[in-house]
Amino acid sequence: MENAFGQPQSVVVLGGTSDIARAIVRKLCAARAETVVLAGRDPAGLAEAAREAEEYGATRTEVLTFDAEDPASAETTVAGAFERAGGPVDLVIVAVGALGDQSEFEDDPAEAVRMVTVNMTWPVAALTAVRTRLLAQGHGRILVLTSVAAVRVRRSMYLYAGAKAGLDRLCQGMSDSLVGTGVRLQLVRPGFVRTKMTSGQKEAPFTTGPNEVAEYVVRALSTDDPVVWSPPVLRYLFVVVRHLPAAIWRRVADL
Amino acid sequence: MTRLAGWGRTPAAQSSVVAPSSEEEVAELLARGPLCVRGLGRSYGDAAQLAGGTVAELTGLDEIGPVDEAGVVTLGAGASIDALLASVLPEGWFVPVTPGTRQVTMGGAVAADVHGKNHHRDGSFASHVESLRLATPRGVFDVSPEADPDLFWATLGGMGLTGVVTRVRLRLLRVESDVVLVDTDRFDDLDGVMAAMVEGDERHRYSVAWVDCTAAGSRTGRAVLTRGDHAPAGAEPPRAPRTGRLGVPFVAPPGLLNRLSVRAFNEAWFRRAPRHAVEEPHSLGAFFHPLDGVADWNRLYGPRGFVQYQFVVPENAGETVRAVIERLARSGLVSFLAVLKRFGAGDPGHLSFPMAGWTLALDLPVGAETLPDELDALDELVLDAGGRVYLAKDARLDPAKVAAMYPRLEEWRAVRARVDPEGVLTSDLARRLHLVGR
Ligand SMILES: Cc1cc2nc3c(=O)[nH]c(=O)nc-3n(C[C@H](O)[C@H](O)[C@H](O)COP(=O)(O)OP(=O)(O)OC[C@H]3O[C@@H](n4cnc5c(N)ncnc54)[C@H](O)[C@@H]3O)c2cc1C
Repeated sequence: MENAFGQPQSVVVLGGTSDIARAIVRKLCAARAETVVLAGRDPAGLAEAAREAEEYGATRTEVLTFDAEDPASAETTVAGAFERAGGPVDLVIVAVGALGDQSEFEDDPAEAVRMVTVNMTWPVAALTAVRTRLLAQGHGRILVLTSVAAVRVRRSMYLYAGAKAGLDRLCQGMSDSLVGTGVRLQLVRPGFVRTKMTSGQKEAPFTTGPNEVAEYVVRALSTDDPVVWSPPVLRYLFVVVRHLPAAIWRRVADL
Repeated sequence: MTRLAGWGRTPAAQSSVVAPSSEEEVAELLARGPLCVRGLGRSYGDAAQLAGGTVAELTGLDEIGPVDEAGVVTLGAGASIDALLASVLPEGWFVPVTPGTRQVTMGGAVAADVHGKNHHRDGSFASHVESLRLATPRGVFDVSPEADPDLFWATLGGMGLTGVVTRVRLRLLRVESDVVLVDTDRFDDLDGVMAAMVEGDERHRYSVAWVDCTAAGSRTGRAVLTRGDHAPAGAEPPRAPRTGRLGVPFVAPPGLLNRLSVRAFNEAWFRRAPRHAVEEPHSLGAFFHPLDGVADWNRLYGPRGFVQYQFVVPENAGETVRAVIERLARSGLVSFLAVLKRFGAGDPGHLSFPMAGWTLALDLPVGAETLPDELDALDELVLDAGGRVYLAKDARLDPAKVAAMYPRLEEWRAVRARVDPEGVLTSDLARRLHLVGR
């Protein structure tokens, strides 16, 4: 069960090898998390993340694999994760996503579908299954990792950012649908984060590491804030960014 | 499904709430599956809720019988202290132990083995319970310290996990008036007030101190001590006007009770208290339940709610009280109304909170980043001193520390297993602290 500060005892991570998710899990394990279920694509990476969770205090870890390119697998993955948790799940982290270098595949319709599936369709299918389960539990939290890139989509990564934007907006509505139910959904919108997903990319202003994101996220668990920005200053910066004229945005977006 | 939370308004959960109106209905519910019992929801954390499960609200079992010559009354577990007083005070009876609010049920008072300002003299609620009726998955029993003492003592302080209390036989206290004569003393530091309590508590039935945890430097721990006794018949009536009921607007904006306002409140409170006053007449309500005059005051803490941190340490560990207060003052975390009390000896309740020593209760709003870790650090201080935190107030204790704080936990579990082998009785508190299975 979660405590008064929103610190969970049991956590399910979809996208368990994500650097940001791992940083969050480390902090949660150092607090109250005991059971951690990690679902992801890469068994070796999951085993490593599970070992790390135990090092930080988890007493029970479980892993399972899924393929985010197959939305039909979302429901069974969620069912399997909840079963492995072996009791109420306090927090579900959705950290599924793929970025890549869009210039290499932007002319391929199949790749475009793949980007939308991994970044939006699979997560939405999974969230739908998670939502039902948490409502039945009468309590629980959901953290969905999107990105500030979803707030204003830029040309160099419109497939990734556009799909994340779809997920982000959809989650705002889902979050509202949960008010008063004992279940809460919070969106996490990090700025540029130094991770294996972004390695090789040019860093943007306000770049942080995964640990900083995790810090803001864990802090936000004791609040009702529907959106967690990391770093928090981006909330204000993006008020401006959102309203920049298109011509200026094109010039500054991919500087 | 209904949304339930404790008095601190932290983690809310949806449960299906049922309101049995007889012992038979309670027995039926116990046969059906996992069940959590709830009284008036005045525990601060998650003791009286069960996310996704069934919660039985016992307030329908509220009959209050006549008081016999010995001052014993039989009443339904859902009857409140408020209702009991309305019925028996006109006949010259008072409750033997009352918490800081009258809005608690008999069942809740038993389950938390509540204490009042007279603990140093009269012990906790258990000392005044003749017997109780307990509906368990293994049948309904009449338990008392003589008949099945194990089950009796596992239930007093057992947080509703050994069975559903349906009826209580309680010994009342004879009073000659509805007035309390109160001595008030102001102290500039903690040592002063603690010494005065050690020296003078025995001369009064009631004693409690309010400590200012926001004052910095040498004034850390300045305090106002109030001690009282029931006035004899014909005593002068109280002069102070009765407090009206002030409602708190729907949910206060976060931070209304912030550092500045709490400091200002504490300052005003301290200054208003006389340096030394003797035998001033107070009404029972103003003396025992001052906060009941402010409807829904818990909403003042805003939507995130607050936690009450209450611990007890043994008599010889007064230094721990100082260490906690100093740590808090340094950390910048502010507590509105810190209450200090000296307990008398504890009772045989396996999970009963009180032990001879010092108890301090602090109200802390959720939101300060450092609060979770700070309270974990305070737990260490408390444990090192051989103390414990109060489960009826808890919403955040580390489950790994429960057994050290409540060393008779295993013994308690064994008694519970006898009447509830399948683990029907549960709560979010029980699940969070692993008091019972997950
Ligand atoms: C303003 C304020 C001041 C307080 N001051 C004090 C104080 O001075 N001293 C003190 O000791 N406490 C104090 N408390 C705490 C309060 O007395 C306890 O939490 C008490 O248990 C609340 O009773 P309730 O009827 O509201 O029970 P709930 O909060 O509804 O339930 C509390 C526990 O009792 C169990 N329970 C309830 N009914 C039954 C039943 N019929 N059978 C079995 N189990 C049952 C529940 O399962 C739960 O574990 C205070 C609380 C407030 C809000």
